[in-house]
Amino acid sequence: MILAQGLNLQWGITGMVNFGVAGFYAIGAYTGGILSTRVGLPPELAIVLAAAGAGVVGLIVSLLTMRLREDYFAIVTLGFGEIVRLLALNEDWLTEGPRGLKISVRPFDFGLTNASYALVYLGAVAFTILIIYVICERIRSSPYGRVLRAIREDDVVASVLGKNIVRFRVQVFAIGSIFMGLAGALFAHYVQNISPDTFMPMIAIFIWMSVIVGGYGNNRGLLLGAGIVMVILEGSRFLGDFVSFVNSQQLASIRIILIGCILMVVLRFKPRGLIPEPKFSSPFERTPD
Amino acid sequence: MQASTSGQPLAQQIQGRPLATHRPRLVLRARQLRKSFGGIRAVSDMSITLREGSITGLIGPNGAGKSTLFHLLSGVIVPDAGHVELFGVDVTALPPHERARRGLVRSFQLAREFGALTVLENLLLAPQAQCGERLLPLFFRPARVTAEERQVYARAREVLDLARLTPLRNEYAVNLSGGQKKLLELGRALMTGCPVILLDEPGAGVNPALMGLLTDMIRRLNSEFRKTFLIIEHDMDLVARLCDPVIVMTDGRHLAEGSFETVRKDPEVIRAYLGGGAVADV
Repeated sequence: MILAQGLNLQWGITGMVNFGVAGFYAIGAYTGGILSTRVGLPPELAIVLAAAGAGVVGLIVSLLTMRLREDYFAIVTLGFGEIVRLLALNEDWLTEGPRGLKISVRPFDFGLTNASYALVYLGAVAFTILIIYVICERIRSSPYGRVLRAIREDDVVASVLGKNIVRFRVQVFAIGSIFMGLAGALFAHYVQNISPDTFMPMIAIFIWMSVIVGGYGNNRGLLLGAGIVMVILEGSRFLGDFVSFVNSQQLASIRIILIGCILMVVLRFKPRGLIPEPKFSSPFERTPD
Repeated sequence: MQASTSGQPLAQQIQGRPLATHRPRLVLRARQLRKSFGGIRAVSDMSITLREGSITGLIGPNGAGKSTLFHLLSGVIVPDAGHVELFGVDVTALPPHERARRGLVRSFQLAREFGALTVLENLLLAPQAQCGERLLPLFFRPARVTAEERQVYARAREVLDLARLTPLRNEYAVNLSGGQKKLLELGRALMTGCPVILLDEPGAGVNPALMGLLTDMIRRLNSEFRKTFLIIEHDMDLVARLCDPVIVMTDGRHLAEGSFETVRKDPEVIRAYLGGGAVADV
């Protein structure tokens, strides 16, 4: 969901196509893991630094690619995601390569049992989602968000009207990257073991689906969208208990098919997502007419 | 942010611009502009000056390079050679948003409204350097952002009234008619506070009823708000009523300049318009 929030800011509101979601996710996960386990920083600090690190990388990537047209930009981000994954796979000394990086420390650990720890962690993640939601809503509904949507609609006109579109795009891309890195670090410290194959480009596709199903440009809608995609993705694991005639491999494929079908149905009947972008109404309006 | 609820302070804001040393003041000057696309020279050695407070017309046959000239003046494309000066400052190397900061805004040949934004939002967006468009004030000075937004809103309501778009203000701009979009673009240009406005065919696709409103609005912006206009237009009626002087362009060059009456009798201009049919009709 945090990933979806980051992507919505970049694509849903500003129109920047980022297929490299997995890359920023991975950077956050690995940076967080390495800082807490190898360097020995407190894991909470490691998570924050990981988010910042992903933000800095996002800043650099967007500065380098800002002159590219939309579609080429999308390809670069896809390539970027793969570069990160392959680096993680091959730079053994840093990331343990395909064996995966073990993370031995736990954040928010007050000597709890595993079950209650999971609850605490869930709470922490939910709180993070809430904070990011508030930030995203503030951005979306402000003059800042208005410029972002204008850039999405027609960047040349936005520029002619005096908006520095490069500044807005770079900022937004960096902020989105911070959220993605944060998500990665939180994920890494929860599963405690990350390997490069966790960060396949497929992740980006799932996140994209979440934003599309939920409704682009809408922070509430995408939470719903991400919820739906996650429920299908994770929930359908248990489907095997009820349907005995498919084996586990078939089941894995069925889950993907299911998500694809839902995406198509939603796009057919609600082309702008389940909860479309809200229409602007000025807080200063007094007399409706 | 000098947003206000009346037109008067807006005009003062414009007068506060840096003064050139000579009179009549030149707000915009382009020298020897040149731009080629592949083998086609769209604009070649074109020079143009805009006097403050004028409504200058820019006419010429299709393909004369008028729109390209607009792109060059507004910074949407970069010239191969030549210079553009705005209020005496060389802006040739500056991107469009920097030129807007310095007082130049333009419209496009086909109305380019922000379709998924409401009419009101299209206007609210336009004022320059709003503090709510920067991240730090947005999160740490919310009261200031709200106060500014209130001022911008009040101004937008006036512009809506001026363009007779008030009842449509909460519609998505994409749903407006062609003529209403042109009015919206004009209103948006006014909202930027820029003293120099370039209009690319404001009359194209506007029905006769709205045409009167549109010409009135241009005239009011010129007289009350002291806006300087450069207008590309094929509707000779509109040019005759609004524009003085009129500049004629052909083959990317400056052909003639003067009052509408003078240029329409110019034999070279008549020849440029393929035997003069178009001009003789007027």
